Amino acid sequence: MDKIKLIIAREYLTRVKKKSFIIMTILGPILMAALMIAPVYFSTISSGEKTVGIVDESGFFTAGFKNTNSIKFKTLNLEIDDAKKNYNQLGVDLILYIPQPSYTFPHHVILFSSKQPGMNVESYIRTSINNDLRQLRLKKEGIAPEIIEKIKSSIDVNTVKLKEDGTEEEQMAARDLILGLVAGIAIYFFIFMYGAMVMRGVIEEKTNRIIEVLVSSVKPFQLMMGKIVGVALVGLTQFLLWVVLTLTLVTGAQYAFKDQLTQLQQDNIQTVIQTMSANNPTEMTFENSAALEALNAISTINFPVIIGGFLFYFLFGYLLYSALFAAIGSAVDNETDTQQFMLPLTVPLILSIMLAQNIASDPDGPLSFWLSTIPFTSPIAMMIRIPFGVPMWQLALSMTLVILGFFAATWFAAKIYRTGILMYGKKPTYKEIWKWFRH
Amino acid sequence: MDLLVAQQINKKFENHQALTDINLTIPEGSIYGLLGPNGAGKTTFIRIINQILGQDSGSIYIGGELLHPKHIKMIGYLPEERGLYKKMKVGEQAIYLAMLKGLSRSEAFQQLKHWFEKFEIGNWWDRKVEELSKGMQQKVQFIVTILHKPKLLIFDEPFSGFDPINANLLKSEIINLRDKGATIIFSTHNMSSVEEICDRIALINQSKVILEGKVAEIKNNHRTNLYQIEYQPESLSFDSSFPNKFQVIERKETLMGKQLTVRIEKEQNTTELLEYVMNHARLLQFQEVVPSMNDIFIKTVNNSSNNTKNGQN
Repeated sequence: MDKIKLIIAREYLTRVKKKSFIIMTILGPILMAALMIAPVYFSTISSGEKTVGIVDESGFFTAGFKNTNSIKFKTLNLEIDDAKKNYNQLGVDLILYIPQPSYTFPHHVILFSSKQPGMNVESYIRTSINNDLRQLRLKKEGIAPEIIEKIKSSIDVNTVKLKEDGTEEEQMAARDLILGLVAGIAIYFFIFMYGAMVMRGVIEEKTNRIIEVLVSSVKPFQLMMGKIVGVALVGLTQFLLWVVLTLTLVTGAQYAFKDQLTQLQQDNIQTVIQTMSANNPTEMTFENSAALEALNAISTINFPVIIGGFLFYFLFGYLLYSALFAAIGSAVDNETDTQQFMLPLTVPLILSIMLAQNIASDPDGPLSFWLSTIPFTSPIAMMIRIPFGVPMWQLALSMTLVILGFFAATWFAAKIYRTGILMYGKKPTYKEIWKWFRH
Repeated sequence: MDLLVAQQINKKFENHQALTDINLTIPEGSIYGLLGPNGAGKTTFIRIINQILGQDSGSIYIGGELLHPKHIKMIGYLPEERGLYKKMKVGEQAIYLAMLKGLSRSEAFQQLKHWFEKFEIGNWWDRKVEELSKGMQQKVQFIVTILHKPKLLIFDEPFSGFDPINANLLKSEIINLRDKGATIIFSTHNMSSVEEICDRIALINQSKVILEGKVAEIKNNHRTNLYQIEYQPESLSFDSSFPNKFQVIERKETLMGKQLTVRIEKEQNTTELLEYVMNHARLLQFQEVVPSMNDIFIKTVNNSSNNTKNGQN
């Protein structure tokens, strides 16, 4: 037992002290924080204001566009040909051309620009025109503007799950999907990154020819488990440091850019309100309710189950696969020879990521059930299901099977490992590895 | 007392018999040579002693006790495929390997200080292994092998890759350790490198022990009764009047004069030959042709394979 502790300590310390670990640990959160902060930051600095000149031949819309912070509208009392000719002198970035409709209302409009107008401008104009058109059509049918305002609605569908004990639980599919996917992908990366680290460690001991010195002091099994546990601790350390550092950075950045952020939020709300059509007090309350709902969505997440499940599958998924990665490492002399043996390990992992959408769209269906029960796919598949709520017995079954799978994989890997580490020279075939296992 | 006794050890790999009914007894405080060509089964036998492999049948006793994991710390093993973690610092790594053998950190540190100074590699304590020359790495490997003062030391092909200076250092240290009470097993296919320091040897060929015993006895049993005389003839009648009872095997011209290889049967006397030579020539050199372990090995292998062939016929 003391020896295995020594091995774990060495595996852990040599990796944690490496420059690449320190760099990755610092760079990771900076990258992640940058991903979160950069869009906010750029939208505040590059609020490249665009002026849109309107040439409206239909005569319906001239008053229909509201200026926003980034888009200003300006009616051009020009023919479209003149406007196009004088594009450079007009001082506008875009020309919105609404042609004379052939039948009552226009079916299409054209944006002229020397540059790409950008998604924002396009979609704002589209929404704006559509809203106006709808109102115009309704008005034309003789419906009073008050009624038009009244029938504006935005309905929310809330799904509530009736539990067997009679309680109710609100379901939020989008939130659950995002949570599950993020957790599943994190597990996927963790298994690959650190599984490969175990494999490289085994290969290193073989190529450095230190393995026989080591197994004359400790059992091959101790050596293998020590490495797997040591690397797991490296992974957990890095993960923890990333979470802490990312949170610190994001909080710090939020504090530093506080003014811009509040400004931006106001802009967003304003944009939405304008899009939804103007000056309507009911829209404000809708905005508020959306914000409330988002808060509600976060507060109703079943954190203990999700975090517990994540840590469990994170750990056992890694343990199951890393034992097999260690077996691969023991069978070969260098990393290039690992390719053919990696395939059976990568297929189930990639499959569960590829089928993530299908699992999320039918979390209680047979595909989801089987993928989340088979130990090779369950760490990812079950993690996608957990936020949607999984029956206790299925969760218990899946967890038991992962643990059993881990023991089976370790037993299988240890048999290959203890023979493989002493084999040098030629690249083994699957048949030979099977013989080592049977021996 | 016998430190290690192996009884009827058998080991089979896939379709290859590695060891067949190996019986060996290694006395305490001796230097024991396991000799044989590559692939004879030496390394397999050593790995069984080190409990890296298990035997299919038979038993091994160390100090009278059946081989057990607790014996690991009384064995020091320098394998043929040996190396160190390249990216780790020398001292740190030596301490780690010593602790795996059961030494405490402080014990390991003290011992290492002593040996590092003795082998003049003290300055390299904080350097990475990859910065060391091959000779220095070998010194580190040797130190790590003997650091926990094992009762049984096993060296598999110890001199392969060593330069002559390091090889001599190693030899004298090994004899030192033997004098302090350690038992040493050498395994090598390079027989001339160890025959002078081994007390006993076992010749292994194709999974079997074909010859075992004290080096002196084996050599005595394989005497050829051949003698070489080198001389400068002083009379022309040297060859013509050479006594007939001595069977001349070979005549050769050398740089200094002439050389004769003569067979003298046991019952005969070498003095008669010497007297004749001294009367007829100036004697430069006279020596018995002693077979090398290599010659003995080849002869024994040939005999044993002839025997099996005859047996089959």
